[in-house]
Parts: sequence; structure tokens; C-alpha cells
Amino acid sequence: MIILSAENISKTFKGLKALDSVSFQVEEGEVYGIIGPNGSGKTTLINCITGFIRHEKGKVFFRDKNITKLPPHKIARMGITRTFQIMRPYFSLPAYKNLVIPLWGPRARKLGGWRGGGKHGDRDTVAIDILEEIGFERDSRVPYKLASTLPTGYLKRLELARCIAMRPEVILCDEIFSGLSVGEIGGLIPLLEKLKLEGVTIIMVEHRLRELFKVADRVMALQFGEKIAEGKPYDVIEDSRVREAYLGSDEV
Amino acid sequence: MKRSERVDRGINVRSEGIYAISSLKEILYLAGPRMALVLILFLLPVVLDSVPYWKRVVNIMLVYSLLAISFDFLANYVGLVCLGCSFFVGVGGYTSAILNSYLHVPIYLSIPLASVLGAVICTLLLLPCLWLRGVYFAIITLMYPLLLTRVIEALNIFGGTNGISGIESLPGNDLENYIIIVVMLAILFGLRRFVNQDIGLVMRGVKDNDQSIRASGINVTWIKTQAVFIASLIGCFAGSYLVHLYIWAGLSLFALDFSIIPIAAVTIGGSGFLIGAVVGSFILVPLSEFLRFFGSFRIVIYCVVLTLFIVFKSEGIMMYISRRYHQFERWVDV
Repeated sequence: MIILSAENISKTFKGLKALDSVSFQVEEGEVYGIIGPNGSGKTTLINCITGFIRHEKGKVFFRDKNITKLPPHKIARMGITRTFQIMRPYFSLPAYKNLVIPLWGPRARKLGGWRGGGKHGDRDTVAIDILEEIGFERDSRVPYKLASTLPTGYLKRLELARCIAMRPEVILCDEIFSGLSVGEIGGLIPLLEKLKLEGVTIIMVEHRLRELFKVADRVMALQFGEKIAEGKPYDVIEDSRVREAYLGSDEV
Repeated sequence: MKRSERVDRGINVRSEGIYAISSLKEILYLAGPRMALVLILFLLPVVLDSVPYWKRVVNIMLVYSLLAISFDFLANYVGLVCLGCSFFVGVGGYTSAILNSYLHVPIYLSIPLASVLGAVICTLLLLPCLWLRGVYFAIITLMYPLLLTRVIEALNIFGGTNGISGIESLPGNDLENYIIIVVMLAILFGLRRFVNQDIGLVMRGVKDNDQSIRASGINVTWIKTQAVFIASLIGCFAGSYLVHLYIWAGLSLFALDFSIIPIAAVTIGGSGFLIGAVVGSFILVPLSEFLRFFGSFRIVIYCVVLTLFIVFKSEGIMMYISRRYHQFERWVDV
């Protein structure tokens, strides 16, 4: 079943075409990768889908429901969550309090349960549970440290934890592997696979192709805001237009 | 060689907001400063009984500390720097005056009614600007009191430049003090609790980073609306109390003093504590009264004191005091 579909999304920034009628459909429970060179419109696409940027043309459907003109918080409430490329934690709060905020939010409160907000006063415990699951050592001081003192690896995980706290149906990851060491990525991949097993659809914008291809089921390639290829990961990088976009053309 | 070392004093087991208390001494250690504040405030009207002028000053001081609390809450817990505390004072004051003088609502109803009604009006008027951030919001809020002054002046409504007189005065001398003392303490301790609840946490999140709040499915504007309502409730109460204290409401309620002095008080007292706002206005307002002796030279001395404070103790008095209270320094051999 198709969970998220985008039809002919176009976005221009003062005449510059950032997205030129991009369409794609994501099946429920799959990991869908979006690749492309710098400035090809990957992050803009995520911003358009989640409502952080208004696109001029095109429609976005979530389970046959039109979510094109909705504000970001309403889209998030439906279960379409996102991470930010530049991490945006609440720097003045401890790591676990960072999660209390999404747990307080309407979606987690409505859904309740283990990953929900639970009753008042329970959120701290739920937050620490989620942090433990995502790789913060429970008995160490790390979950209690201020977010401003945490290193990049933890902050990336905190971004993902914020999405998990909302009991998402779709997670849009904006370059969660960038800036991480190979070891840290190795820690994240099982986590993504676990989320996939739980039925969460994951859309990943990524530069690190080798790591992406370990988890992705299908991949789309963008260049200058246009979709140039789509399909199985290793088929896509065999595509001549994708090679040209990344490496330049053979003709001199 | 020796170096200084900071050692925690008092309670051994201490994490954020959770204390393991095992003795009377430790209870006193925690409750002492809070009880001292309550005690001092309740004793002030008794001590100053022979000098009614200074009892008035205490009232003004408490009004300013309410405004400073409201500013501190909005600026440091929600991230909305509001330069228009006088807007809250004016709206609350005029609402109270209209209710009391024109509609003959008795004073014990007009103050709470004006606080709530004024807060609703302030929030509605600020609603269109709530999506602004930082400097832009600050400038807009600075405009509002100026705008309302000119509207009242130009349309000659609510008594125009003469203001509204014939307002019921506050009953008795001591009651007048204790009303504001009790309300100030209730707001101070209540708000301190509030900012540590989960909703308070969300507000602090808005200050840090509202994009993440949006991505968490929370409506930022709605959170900001609630925060502005709370702050303007405090401000409007101060305004309506002031009107009944002066038994007159006029354009001076929108004066810049009500916007600037709370900000100075928060700067001196220490921002982000709420109690810092109170301490700051307890210093600034009596200081300005003492300096009346110097006539028009007063402002110069006032400015010098303020500048010295900001340059040499920019963290604020409360920050300094609380560090001294919780830790002590000693010299150890290396």
C-alpha cells in the first residue's frame, strides 16, 4: 500500500528552480533513499513534504489524504516526522527533557501506551527508555547531560529519538549519517532496521551511498531539482545520468 | 602551591529538583531563603508603619517586581523579548478604571475582572505578531503602548489627556500592602512551579528552537499565546492595582518607565530566575527614591549604578548569591 505520494512538486527560490515537478511514491514499511549531488533539492523536498516550506505546484498525499496546504505541526501530528540536517535539539535542556517535549505533544498523548506520553509525571521515565533504546547508556550520566554538551553522534541520535517518541508512521531523515564516524553509523543502521521491522516507513536523504544502500529498498536520484532515476539502489548508480551527475560527463 | 576549590554545601544527594532531606538542618537550608523572603515581605508594612510614604514605595516596588517577573518569564522562558510591559499596565489599568468608574463595578471585582479581561485584550492584540521572533517582536511590543496612547489622545476617548478619575480607592493602609504582597508571592512561587512542569518545558523549548517544536506536532503560536496570556495577566493585575492605588487612570500608565525599569531590574537581579527580577526591583526602586535627594542629578547616579552593575556583575545578583549559598570556596594545597 502506498503511504506517501508526491505529485509534481515544484518550488522556485526567486527564479531558481529548486524542484521541478518531482513525483514519487513510497510503499508502507519500505526504506526509500533520496540521493543527489549538493544543491539538487533533496532537503527542499523534505521541507516541502513536511510543510516547513510552501511549494508552488504539486500535491502531497498521505494515505490518500491531501496534506499539501497543512502547517508543519498538523503534518507532524499525522505521524510524518522528520529530523533536521543541522541538529536542532533544545540546547538548554538535558537530553531526556528533550524527549519530554514530543511526549507532551498531542500525538504521543493521544496514542499513549509504551511509547506514548503516558500519564503526567511518567514522561521522564518514558523518555529515558527511548534514549536507552537508541543507544544512550542508561546508567551513565549521558541522558542527564545538557544537550549543548553532547557530541554530534549523540545529537543525531537525539534527533531520531525525537521522531521515535512521537510514534511515527513515516520518518524523513535528513542526512543522519553525515558527520558521523563509520562506527557510529554502524550503531545507527540496526536501529533503522528495527524501526523498519516495526512497520515504520523511512525516507532517507543521504550523501553516504555505501551506508545508505545497506538499508534502502529503493532509491531516487535528483539533479538540479529533477528526478533523474529511480529503482533498486545498485541499478540507480549504474544509470548513466546518475554517474554523470556525480562524476561529470565523459565528453571533454 | 595552593589553588582554590569550590565545594558544595548543604544537602549531599541533590539532582535536578529532587532532594533527599534527612534533618531539620537540611530542611532549613532549603526552606530558609524562601521563608526569609516571605517573612521580610510580611514584616515590611509593620516595620514601616510610622513612615506611610515608604509604605507606598513598597507597593510601587512590588508592582515593578510583578512587571519584572512578567518580563523575565516571557524573555527567558519563552524567548519573547517584550519591551512593552507598559502596554500590559495601561490596558489593565484602563480596563479597571472603566469597569470601576463608568460601570460601577465594586473594587474587589474590578481588579480580578480587569486582570483577566485586560489579559484577553492584550493577547488578542499581540496575536498577529506572535509568529515574529527576537528583535522584531521586541520592536513591535515597544510600539503598542505608543500606539494606544496616541489613539486615546486623538479620539479623545476614556477621558482623553485628562484621564479617568473618580475611581474607588484601595481599602485601608495595611490591606493595600498585603494584597500586593500576597499576590506577588503567589505569582512568584506559582510561576516557578509552572516553568518546571512539562508545559513550562515546552515553552523553554520554544525559546531554544521553535522548528523542533513544530516538528514535534506542537502548535508554536498556541504555546506562545498561552505564555503571553500569563505574562499579560500579571502585567494587567499590576496596572489595575496601580490605578486603584492612585485613584486615577491616565496616559502615564503607558509611560516608558513601566517598560524600562523592569528590564533593568531583571538585568541587575539576574535573568532566568524569576526571583532575580524581584530582587532587582527591590534594589532599583528604593534606590531611585533615595536619590530624589539629588534632584535632577538623580538620573546620572542611577545610570552610573546601572552601568557598574552590568559591567562588573553582569550575571546578576541572584546568580552570585545562589552560588555563594550552595558552594563555598577554600584554598587547598596542590
